[in-house]
Formats: sequence, structure tokens, C-alpha cells
Amino acid sequence: MNKFAGTLLFLSRSTSIWSRNIRVWGKLAGPSLMGNFADPLMYLIVLGYGLGRFVGQVEGMTYMAFLASGVICTSAVNSASFEGMYSAYTRMEVQQTWLGMLATPIGVAEVVFGEILWAATKSVISVGAILIVAALLGLVENIGALMILPVAFLTGLCFSSLALLVTSSAKSYDFFLYYTTLFITPMVLLSGVFFPIDTLPSLVQWVAKVLPLYHAISLVRPLMTGGEITSVFMHVFILIAFGSVAAFIATCKIKKRLIK
Amino acid sequence: MNVISPPSPIVKSVKLSKLYNNHQVVNALNLSIDAGCFCGILGPNGAGKTTTLRMLVGHCPMDEGELSVLGLAMPENASLVRESVGIVPQMDNLDPDFTVKENLFVYGRFYGIGSEELKIRTKELLEFASLEEKADCKISELSGGMKRRLTLARALINKPKILILDEPTTGLDPQARQAIWQKLRELKKQGLTLILTTHYMEEAERLCDRVIVMDQGEVMADSPPKELIRDEIESHVLEVHAASEELVARLKQDKSLARYEKSGDIHFFYGEKLNEALDRLEQGEHDDFLFRPANLEDVFIKLTGRDLCE
Repeated sequence: MNKFAGTLLFLSRSTSIWSRNIRVWGKLAGPSLMGNFADPLMYLIVLGYGLGRFVGQVEGMTYMAFLASGVICTSAVNSASFEGMYSAYTRMEVQQTWLGMLATPIGVAEVVFGEILWAATKSVISVGAILIVAALLGLVENIGALMILPVAFLTGLCFSSLALLVTSSAKSYDFFLYYTTLFITPMVLLSGVFFPIDTLPSLVQWVAKVLPLYHAISLVRPLMTGGEITSVFMHVFILIAFGSVAAFIATCKIKKRLIK
Repeated sequence: MNVISPPSPIVKSVKLSKLYNNHQVVNALNLSIDAGCFCGILGPNGAGKTTTLRMLVGHCPMDEGELSVLGLAMPENASLVRESVGIVPQMDNLDPDFTVKENLFVYGRFYGIGSEELKIRTKELLEFASLEEKADCKISELSGGMKRRLTLARALINKPKILILDEPTTGLDPQARQAIWQKLRELKKQGLTLILTTHYMEEAERLCDRVIVMDQGEVMADSPPKELIRDEIESHVLEVHAASEELVARLKQDKSLARYEKSGDIHFFYGEKLNEALDRLEQGEHDDFLFRPANLEDVFIKLTGRDLCE
């Protein structure tokens, strides 16, 4: 089999995992979509109006517009992380769905990649919902904002890979609290979701800039407000780098865990 | 034109070994299974049965030895081999988010089978598993036996040449077990090669052409079940429950007695006729005894010991 056919087979098998998951999602799309719409709507309106009064303009935009791009990225992170941790762990350990898949010609790498694709799709769904809300609130500058969707997908790829890496060593659901409390929450607080990071001490700024969320926000914020994006390649590269390294290690660890 | 027949043997291993934490789980296993065979693997817990099955499909890395399945070297060709193998795992892993029908359909997609073809196969398999009326039910609404039948049907969605079953009837009631047996016999008739592990001697005795008894990773015996009983053990067993020392001593004097064992308060006398011992029991007061032909379970106990394997 040549390389091209091999890649095609890999993708089609991963897609069959993805379509299994979207089929399940389709059954519960109602409550899931409600969460996607209602959560960010409440954040935007309550924080945007409430805090916005005191804050006024931030980086030349209203606080609500500033916050909207942060909420979009956080939502992409949370959707992908939840899917890569709680849902993936359920399929790996509790329901043994993955073992069932592995009894077919599908291999571990294809399962992991299929799950990553799906989790990134969920990020796109939730970000899409917020974009609609943001547009209705008049927070979206122009049609260019649609480019936020591919950024959401990329952010989803990155954070679902990281989440699967956590899942690969999880012994129970409780384990995920370490990751959310010690990594996700501080990252969200420091990456410029709620306020510009240049108010932070330079060491903390430096830490924030190493983490992937900052780069997702750096791409999304100008897209929302019609501003100019700088260092596109670096931002994209960092998201891809985190994602691919995490996906690679996660695949090795899950292989060790299941094929033993 | 040459007619392509499945390679024979369809499964072949040479000195296949597996270590877990320095414990030899499968020890230099030489195995050769012909196409069309219904092969049972018996053994106490921890004998290496499941590990062996897992190695057959590339779900367990091998530490030593060689293994080929369908003429393909393992584990390099694991994915290719699994295209032609069906697996019924010990633990049900049906998809609880889907209906019965969807379980078959979605699983078929994992093999890359087209939706039109899958619709036909799903219908056939629902009929085979006697689940037509449950097609749109959720998995949680199925009984244990139905779940097993669905798992069996799911393992057939790719029209496999080999079907691997790891304790397929554990935990089922007798009716459900009989139903599974009937399906398995049907598959055997269709020419499928079946490899099954079980703890039920009756299951192996009734279904299998060939029984392999494993203990501590090694093959203890390997023959058709009837031959095993004929060759490995005395023809009859006399079980005497809660007998006095004195009675046991007298029964032991039977000249046709070949072997004696005690387990708890049951005394086992193995032999061909055991006439003298039987006469003595019939004349005496002690009536808690059973004289019966030896069966596969006796062979199993003889080969793997009476102690609990824990």
C-alpha cells in the first residue's frame, strides 16, 4: 500500500469514529446546544454589562466585545477538554467502546485521532453558537469573523489532544480535577480572557505567552473586531505544536494501556 | 483457475510466550488450528486463555515466538487479520447510546462497509440473532442473553472467517445458553472456524471438535472431548459424601480402584468397575454416594488440580 492510500485509509477510519460520536451527539443535541447558547450568553450579558460600566473601553473596544473573544476561546477550550477527558474516559474505560472499535481493523492511533477530530468539532459547534449570540448583540465587526470557526477547530484540536494525554493516565474521573484546577483555570485567568495581560508582571506574561490559549485569543480578538492580526504563523504554529506533541504521546500511552 | 482456499492451519503458533511482571502467562505455546474446526480452550482462571486469544488479534504484544493467523504473520498484520476475524469479548461492550440496529450499523462502518450493504447485513443478522423485534430497542432494555446474541451478531457483521469467543455464555441462564449454542452450531455448519474459551465443561463437550486444556500458560491436553475422557481418565467415578474413615478404608480395598482423591468431605474413587466398593456401599447404611461415568470435568480437575486457582 502506498503512502497516499495509507493516509486515506487512516482518515476514513478516524472519520468513522467521528461519525459514531456525532451520531450520539445528534440524539442529545437539544440540551447540548442549549448549554452552548445559554452559558456564554449569560457570561457576556452579565459580565459585559455589569463590569463593562466600570471598565469602559479596553484596547480600543467595548468591554463586552473584548470579553466576547475571550469567552469564545474559553468555550473552545472547555468543549474540547470535556470531550477529551470525561467523554473519552467513559468510552475508554467505563463502556469499553474503544476496545470494541479495536476489535475491527481500526487501530489505537485512528481511534485517538477520530476522538480529537470529534472534540474539535464540538469546539466549532459551541463557538458557532456564541458567534451567533455575539452577532445578535452587535459585537461582531464583519463577515471576516467567520474565520474564527477554523481557529476554534484548531484550538479544539490542541486542547482535545492535551485532554486525551491527561485521560491516558487517568484512573478515575476525579483525576481530571487536577488538570482543570491546576492548568485550565489558571490558564484561562492569565491568558487575556477577562483583561489584557500587559497589566500582569512580566514573568507572568511570559508564562501566559507560552501557553496555547493566549495564541488562540490573539487570533480570535482581531477577527471579532476587524483589527489587524499579527504573527499569524507563530500563533498557529504554537497551537499545532502543543496539539501534535500531546496527540503523539497520548497515542503511545493509550496504546500501552489498551494493548497489553 | 486456482481455487483459493483458506490457509491450513488457519492459526499457527510456535513457542508463543507472554510475560506479565516476570510471570509467564503463556509459556512456549505451540498451537495449530485447522480451518473449519470448532476449538475449545479450557483452563482455570489465569491459565492464559484470554491472553492467547488477545494475541491472535494483536491486542496483546507477544514476548517470544511466532504466530500466524490466516497465513499472515502477527502482530505486523493485526489490522488486516481483524478484517476477517469476529470477536465476542468476555465483557459486553455494546454501545449503550445506540439501539440494537444502530449497534450493528455503526460497527459495520468501522470496517468501512457501505451503508447499502450494511442495511442488508443488519437485517440478516437481526434475524440470525432472533432480535428482529428488538431492532429499535435500547441496549439497556435487553436481557443478558439478548445482549450476548447481539454481541455475536455484531462480531459477524464483517463476514469473518474466524470467530473468537471469550466465555460467550458466562452468566446466562440455561435457555439463553442453549440459544447461543444453537447459533454457534449453525455457524460451524457454514464453515466458520470457531475458537472459544469457557469454564463450562458441558459447553466444550457438546460443541467442540477439539478441546485444549491449558494451565499456567501451557497445554496440558489437546484432543477431541470424547478421546480426552477415554484416554486421560478412568471410565467411572464413585463419589462418596461424608463417609467415616473406616468406610473409606474399606472401600479403598476394591481391587479395581485406580485412583483416590479427597476434596473437603467428598471422597472420589476412580476406576473401571469398582464392583466391590459398590457392593459394600449397597449393603451398608451409608447412602450418600453417586456412581457415574467420568466426564470432561473429571479430566479437567485431574489435569489442572483441585486447588482454587486464585
